[in-house]
Amino acid sequence: MSRVLWTLAVLLSHWRRHPMQLATLLIGLIAATALWSGVQALNQQARNAYDRAAATFGGSRTAMLISRDGTGFPQQLFVDLRRAGWPVSPVVEGRVQIGGRSYRLLGIEPVTLPGEVSTAPVIGRTDLQSFVTPPGEMLAAPETLTDLGLKEGEQSSSNGGVLLPPLRVQPQLVPGVLVVDIGIAQQILRMPDRISRLMVGKSGARRAPLESIAGDRLRLVEPDAETDLERLTDSFHLNLTAFGLLSFFVGLFIVNSAIGLAFEQRLPMLRTLRACGVSARMLNSVLVAELVSLALLAGLVGLVCGYFIAAALLPDVAASLRGLYGAQIPGQLTLKAEWWLAGIAISILGALAAAAASLAKAIRMPVLASAQPQAWQQAQRRWLVFQSAAALAAFAVAGGLLWFGDSLLAGFAVLAALMLGAALILPTILEIALALGERSAGQPVSIWFWADSRQQLSGLSLALMALLLALAVNVGVSTMVESFSRTFLVWLDGRLAADVYVNATSDAQAAEMKAWLRGRSEIQAILPGGRADAQLAGMPIEVLGLPDQATFRDNWPLLESRSDGWDRLRAGDTCFASEQLSRRLRLAIGDRIEVPAPGGNWSLEIVGIYADYGNPKGQVAVNFAALTRHFPEVPQTRFGLRVVPEAVPALIAELQRKFVLDDRSVADQTTMKAESRRIFNRTFSVTTALNAFTLGVAGVALLTSLLTLANSRLPQLAPLWAIGLTREKLAKIELLKTMAMALITSLFALPLGLLVAWCLLAVVNVKAFGWRLPFQVFPVQLVELLGVALAAALGAALLPVIRLARMQPASLIRIFANER
Amino acid sequence: MLEVTGLKKSYRSAGEDIAVLRGVNLAVAAGESVALTGESGSGKSTLLHLIAGLDAADGGEIILDGTRLSELGDAGRAALRRDRLGLVFQQFNLIPSLTVLDNLTFQSRIAGRDDPKWHDELVERLGLVRLLKRYPEQLSGGQQQRVAIGRALAPKPLLLLADEPTGNLDEETADEVLALARDLVARTGCGFLMVTHSARLAATLDRQVNLHAGVIA
Repeated sequence: MSRVLWTLAVLLSHWRRHPMQLATLLIGLIAATALWSGVQALNQQARNAYDRAAATFGGSRTAMLISRDGTGFPQQLFVDLRRAGWPVSPVVEGRVQIGGRSYRLLGIEPVTLPGEVSTAPVIGRTDLQSFVTPPGEMLAAPETLTDLGLKEGEQSSSNGGVLLPPLRVQPQLVPGVLVVDIGIAQQILRMPDRISRLMVGKSGARRAPLESIAGDRLRLVEPDAETDLERLTDSFHLNLTAFGLLSFFVGLFIVNSAIGLAFEQRLPMLRTLRACGVSARMLNSVLVAELVSLALLAGLVGLVCGYFIAAALLPDVAASLRGLYGAQIPGQLTLKAEWWLAGIAISILGALAAAAASLAKAIRMPVLASAQPQAWQQAQRRWLVFQSAAALAAFAVAGGLLWFGDSLLAGFAVLAALMLGAALILPTILEIALALGERSAGQPVSIWFWADSRQQLSGLSLALMALLLALAVNVGVSTMVESFSRTFLVWLDGRLAADVYVNATSDAQAAEMKAWLRGRSEIQAILPGGRADAQLAGMPIEVLGLPDQATFRDNWPLLESRSDGWDRLRAGDTCFASEQLSRRLRLAIGDRIEVPAPGGNWSLEIVGIYADYGNPKGQVAVNFAALTRHFPEVPQTRFGLRVVPEAVPALIAELQRKFVLDDRSVADQTTMKAESRRIFNRTFSVTTALNAFTLGVAGVALLTSLLTLANSRLPQLAPLWAIGLTREKLAKIELLKTMAMALITSLFALPLGLLVAWCLLAVVNVKAFGWRLPFQVFPVQLVELLGVALAAALGAALLPVIRLARMQPASLIRIFANER
Repeated sequence: MLEVTGLKKSYRSAGEDIAVLRGVNLAVAAGESVALTGESGSGKSTLLHLIAGLDAADGGEIILDGTRLSELGDAGRAALRRDRLGLVFQQFNLIPSLTVLDNLTFQSRIAGRDDPKWHDELVERLGLVRLLKRYPEQLSGGQQQRVAIGRALAPKPLLLLADEPTGNLDEETADEVLALARDLVARTGCGFLMVTHSARLAATLDRQVNLHAGVIA
């Protein structure tokens, strides 16, 4: 054992003498682990929230009976089914407005709750009495209590004036959900003797066929392994994971470069160890143990950093998921043990992967192998040919996936193959560019400049690949976000055409307001609005009512339509379909859809397609009057106003005073747009942050490569110094060489980034969200990003160059003394 | 103690086999010092590497203290080097990240034969007392080679193998270093086989053998 420890101590002594190399290795591993586990922490936090939502009394993890038209059914059916041996438990569901905010209200019957809804909050036997007997209890997540501004035991009233039961904290509940006894829910939601759905337990007892009891009124929905939220948010998490993976690989580039150099420098040491009697097996085992120990240490630090990264990004991620999908993610980061273990594992596996080539070399190394650096000029040429062939294969795969692929995963695979191919071909492009430079050079120093740059290429190529990938992704994502931003702002102007938006607490209050508003001279038009929920092809959709009004005709963001689309909408048998709905169901103008409504199916012909960015659900827009005919229960609390612009502030103040409304219930167009822009910007803030991290890590990769190369390059520089080039001049030449290679890499990254942007806009976005955005190029942004990349390269190159310029002559003389 | 019989070794170079050793016979007794001389390319270093178990012979046998090297695998040969041999190279091959003290005690520690008294004596006799905390790069060539000799002798090996140990040193330093090596070898009673080009230095050892055209002349 002491032999092993002593050998390990000898190997570790290398790091003591080369602290910068150790720092490089650890920084690479810490950065890789931190960014990867940070992203995984965010994903895990979100998935935990989805699981909580799914487990909330009959989420998609429980089998359910629902009415065929999705509108609920009489309570008597529950009684009949129980008598026939069905282990069913009733649920009433609806939305309740409290203080101007909308919450999901669930009414449950605790006695018949199926046992397998075990992850749902348990109504303990001791609490059962207080839960079911008046005034009952209203269960809510701690976040919901904070949102309501109430403490446990306090009561509030709904906007309809109904006094709600006292609140009780139930930590397992998802935020935004309130749970009460079914009888209380029926009162609050005004659904006497009605049930929204029945949860079905897993009892194996014999039961009568469903049709014999309920006829064709109910259908059984089997439990789903994946929740709706999981399905909807897959693309968001895939996007995050892709970024995490990219950052992870960029971090591993640093590790690979540090380990590679350390191995080259330790070759004589390894040979001496073997000569002194350390067996190959022990040496290899100790090398692996050393690496695993370092990875363990870096992994732990990386996990702590990952935790802080996740905690810093969580508010933006939560806001994005709420804005995009309506998903409620708690703001407090809670992580499972698996996350810590997976983080350590990824750090160790990453380190082993990054060190694989060096370890394989050590394992195969004969004890008499020369410790001199390999004749890499020749090896490099062979490697370039191999890499170029692999790059072409990767491009072919990208082309194939683009042509034949039809999924979000295929979209990301196109991006991955494209970037892999570009990274692999980069050294060849640089080699060609530098060879051309060498051919055109006439002066001895400039010939050496190009030739030495070519020689340096193999040592720097990994770092330059990291820079290429980071910059290309930055260009791609920035172009996509900017394209989206400009399209979104134009779209927002169309969608938010009213001057003032009002949200009344009830239909009665809305009617009262409208009557009051009609008598005011500054009001140019009242634009009623409303939306109903329905199902189409098994998917939840929204049916939006548009009044027949010039404001909408002039501004609504139609992507394509019949020339008489608006006229035909008035008849009530036509609709506009949102872009994402039309893509998901492959609907085109002229197609017909059947929308289930309380009065029976509503047949609608599609006469237009419109943009509906940011909405996870499909949507159809119909004439408002027709909507209220087919969905008489639709709330009419929301409406817009066209107002003389100068009168807007006074009108809002008057509305708030007269009808006791807060800022959330009445807002002007400017405020609404600003809020929408804020949500939009927040949606991409995570992406922007990860972008910046990745570019930063790429800069560190370049710095570490240059630092580690600096020492091994002295034998190349010392002869030039000896024949009369000053250290300052050598330093300037070194800086110029690094900048030349960074510039060539960056120029290659720009078209690659634009290709990435096109893929994101035309492939990934379409599959992920259902909308396609116009591809635009923003030259100023490209120049800015080029500047940032070159600044990162300059920052990375400066330290080694300054060290060279200040190097003591003795250090250069030593090169000749050691030359053999 | 060391018995080499009919040792053969060939290398393949530029598509043809080159026989370096064609049946070498050699014996070194305990306490005996032998100089192995011969022109460049005669196979002196190859013979030394084969005896050290750094490479495998094509034919013939090497028996060290009753152990047949041909019967040993990599681990066995490594154990042999560690426990019974001391190696000194022309290039010193010290571990650059270890201090003089750690380099000196390195092999004896991994062999589990750490003897502080003997280490102190080595340090004293090799004149390294004030250099123990230095790193190899801070030493002259002669000092480095003294550390390498100390490292090789620290585990009290049966046989010290030295491949041109003075090749990188000036004449005066070479004489001084070799004198130290001879004294210490005599002190430990181990065998000493040294490859050298120098007839002058070879003459200072008990016996000289000349390798010519792959055989002992």
